[in-house]
Amino acid sequence: MASARPPGWRNPDPAHPYDLLILGGGPAGLAAAENAIDCGAKVALIERDLLGGVSLLTGSVPSKSIIRTSRLYANMRDAENFGAIVPTGIQENFAATMERMRRLRARISTYHSADRLKIAGVDLYFGAARFAGPDSIIVEGAIICFRKALVATGARTMATVIPGLEEAGYFTSEDVFDLTECPRRLLVIGGGPLGCELAQAFCRLGSHVVIAQNEAKFLPREERDAAQILSESLARDGVEIHLNTTVVAVKTATTGEKLVDLVSDDIKSTIAVDDILTGVGRTPNVEGLGLDEAGVACDRVTGIRVDDFLRTTNPRIYAAGDVCLEHKFTHAAEASARLAVANALFGEERKWSALTIPWCTYTDPEIAHVGLYVSEAKDRSIPIKTVTVLMHDTDRAMIDGQEEGFVKIHLREGIDEILGATIVAAHAGEMINEITLAIDAHIGLSVLATVIHAYPTQASAIKRVADAFAKSRLTPPRAHDISRPEWPTDLG
Amino acid sequence: MPDAIAESEEQLLEQLQKAAFDYFIEYVDVTTGLVADTSRKGSPASIAVVGFALSCYPIGVERGWITRADGAAQTLKALRFFWNSPQSSKADVTGYKGFYYHFLDMHSGRRAWQCELSMIDTTLLLAGVLTAAAYFTAPTVEESEIRALAEALYRRVDWQWAQNGHETVAQGWKPECGFLQSCWEGYSEATILYVLGSASPNFPLPANSFAGWTSTYQWESIYGYDFLYAGPLFIHLFSHAWIDFRGIQDEFMREKGCDYFENSRRAVSIQREYAARNPLGFIGYGPNLWGITAGDGPGNEELRESGRDRRFFGYTDRGVPFGRDDGTLAPWGMVAALPFSPPSALTAVRHMMERFPDICAGFRLSSSFNPNLVDQGGWISDGYYGLDQGIVVMMIENYRSGLIWKLMRSSPYIASGLRRAGFAGGWL
Repeated sequence: MASARPPGWRNPDPAHPYDLLILGGGPAGLAAAENAIDCGAKVALIERDLLGGVSLLTGSVPSKSIIRTSRLYANMRDAENFGAIVPTGIQENFAATMERMRRLRARISTYHSADRLKIAGVDLYFGAARFAGPDSIIVEGAIICFRKALVATGARTMATVIPGLEEAGYFTSEDVFDLTECPRRLLVIGGGPLGCELAQAFCRLGSHVVIAQNEAKFLPREERDAAQILSESLARDGVEIHLNTTVVAVKTATTGEKLVDLVSDDIKSTIAVDDILTGVGRTPNVEGLGLDEAGVACDRVTGIRVDDFLRTTNPRIYAAGDVCLEHKFTHAAEASARLAVANALFGEERKWSALTIPWCTYTDPEIAHVGLYVSEAKDRSIPIKTVTVLMHDTDRAMIDGQEEGFVKIHLREGIDEILGATIVAAHAGEMINEITLAIDAHIGLSVLATVIHAYPTQASAIKRVADAFAKSRLTPPRAHDISRPEWPTDLG
Repeated sequence: MPDAIAESEEQLLEQLQKAAFDYFIEYVDVTTGLVADTSRKGSPASIAVVGFALSCYPIGVERGWITRADGAAQTLKALRFFWNSPQSSKADVTGYKGFYYHFLDMHSGRRAWQCELSMIDTTLLLAGVLTAAAYFTAPTVEESEIRALAEALYRRVDWQWAQNGHETVAQGWKPECGFLQSCWEGYSEATILYVLGSASPNFPLPANSFAGWTSTYQWESIYGYDFLYAGPLFIHLFSHAWIDFRGIQDEFMREKGCDYFENSRRAVSIQREYAARNPLGFIGYGPNLWGITAGDGPGNEELRESGRDRRFFGYTDRGVPFGRDDGTLAPWGMVAALPFSPPSALTAVRHMMERFPDICAGFRLSSSFNPNLVDQGGWISDGYYGLDQGIVVMMIENYRSGLIWKLMRSSPYIASGLRRAGFAGGWL
């Protein structure tokens, strides 16, 4: 990971003032730096630790890497369902899995390396920084002035407060990728995206995984059917599921195993595990930045306060990424950074609320969403209609043995306007981009119905939704309509 | 093994309905009037099954299977039990705040196991209580007492307490932990709960309660049918056992140009579409064999058969098209769909009885069966469930004569509850 912070790095002599000073070298900071430098601005970027941020170091990159390996193991065990032979003696090699992950992480880090930034013309500083005033910052004793600044310091895993947990010891996403041995028995606390992804991955890599979620379903913000399919999938993999369950205490037995007390309504139980992983929430990195000195308002829970243009309460200073956004995704961080740069350096008035941000949970099947949920549309009194196509009606999904899931597209009732979509499918993360494009470009389903999709592809399920919509427009349903052709009753 | 399947529709329905009705004669406690949840030995009573029993007695009287005096006596026994049984926040009583525990000891009538005080099962009990009040209208001492007790039992239920400070009603409560975490989200069998709760003279649910629940609905086009989604078939049947939803609409259905009756018809079509596709390749599935719903199952088991890995479940929620589905079908579901789609239901019932005769001993339908598990010769649910028998009796009757629908149309609480929930049009 030398490219993320070369040994012996010497900070440059500050140029005064910088057009844009960026605090934080994660996805938002790096995107902002590259974007601003391409526009000819004089740019400084300050990173406290390693370039790449959570996404590269402890987030998307390492998790997707081990998910990929875990899928391979799942596929090997599933070989018989594909007319193949299950390899004899499948032996998980956790060390090799982690080694591949580190290799990939190192390789990807070179694309945003310190050297590349330097060559591109970015003044890169390493060290802890804090605002000295409304237009200056101190890093490693040097005062750096700026015309505009962007705070992109990201977020970290939220501390989990459970009696005895601290003493027993636990992993978060920040250190779980440092594991050298696969936990024999692993408790995952929290059924959000990260908890579900890692629960499934570790299970497939050989752990006995228990997941405890204190709500009635996994992925609470996602649609019920999506969460239900995920629940089935996790159970099929062998994950022990405890929904509506709260972890109330942890003790360490003399054997070293961790005894965890669970409560679900009036049912109390204790389970024994070897390791615990918490995946509950993220908290913005706002401490020690001298935000008060800069006149930047913030909240410890929601982060830096920004307006729709991502401007903070100091009009010179903008924020982007996890430190200020509700949606803490790498692609959202990068998009927000580009928007903030345009607004800060060129006086544009691009609105964050105008962007369409998709997201995906990379379980198997994947669960992707973009735009409004039904509940959000109802809260806004927008009449909504959902057109659904099951993946089991899609030729390629049948061929691939990946029939679980659906494509649901939400439309404004009576109008061909896509408001949102949820896709549950093996490649939902890839498929959702087509819907995102449609929403962004104000393309309706009647246009998507005319787009030729390569055959056979799983994405053709989207075209089937469009076709179903087009058909329903031609033949609107009526109450007590018995004219619709049905399966004849004389079939066996 | 059933006797020969009658060729005439009327005769077949009579056979099925009578066999189901007899469950309530065979499995009733002679002292309390409570009815067993299942025919299995040691089964506790289910308050919902009592609600079905109370609704079936008038059918039995009208069909000549029991006398009116016997029907009234049996009804009165149960109503007296519920009125006089202990209500408090203690753990071993019968109910609290007018609600009742889901399962009760058949003889003592006290809470069985550590079950929950159940809002939906109390609703189904009350629906039966009000059915009895609507039917037994003679000016006799017994029938007058039935009406008085029905009124008192209904008025005592504190629906507002059951909201637990929320817009919608909680699913359950236990003295050990208070209200259960689960809540009603999405369309379910709870329509009748909101109707009865809204009409309560003493503790009515506020106007926003039903709307709060309907705001969680999913209106989707699935397999080409515009449809208020709920996966398990029973959801599309239970409230309809009592309420005639034909032509009446709440705000949601007005907006969609549909009604709940038509929606259940579409639910049957979607069951058929799914079974025809049979994406998981289960034995027997087809457009004329469906009925995927919540209920008993073969038990938690993982097997490899028919070239696939299979997972089977015990008692669980099954539904289409998103699952769960383990190849288990509910024969009663096909019968209970009769009012919505008579040709589909009748064809399915005949097909099922011809192909799987073992699921219909003496014309009484098993709760569920699974023709997979081939090495074990398939699986059939042991004994019978009172809920299944009750809905078979009621839905066949609604198809044959509309008796229960007519009775409940005359119940002032059903009509006022529907109006308060925003229903209008049709017979309202």
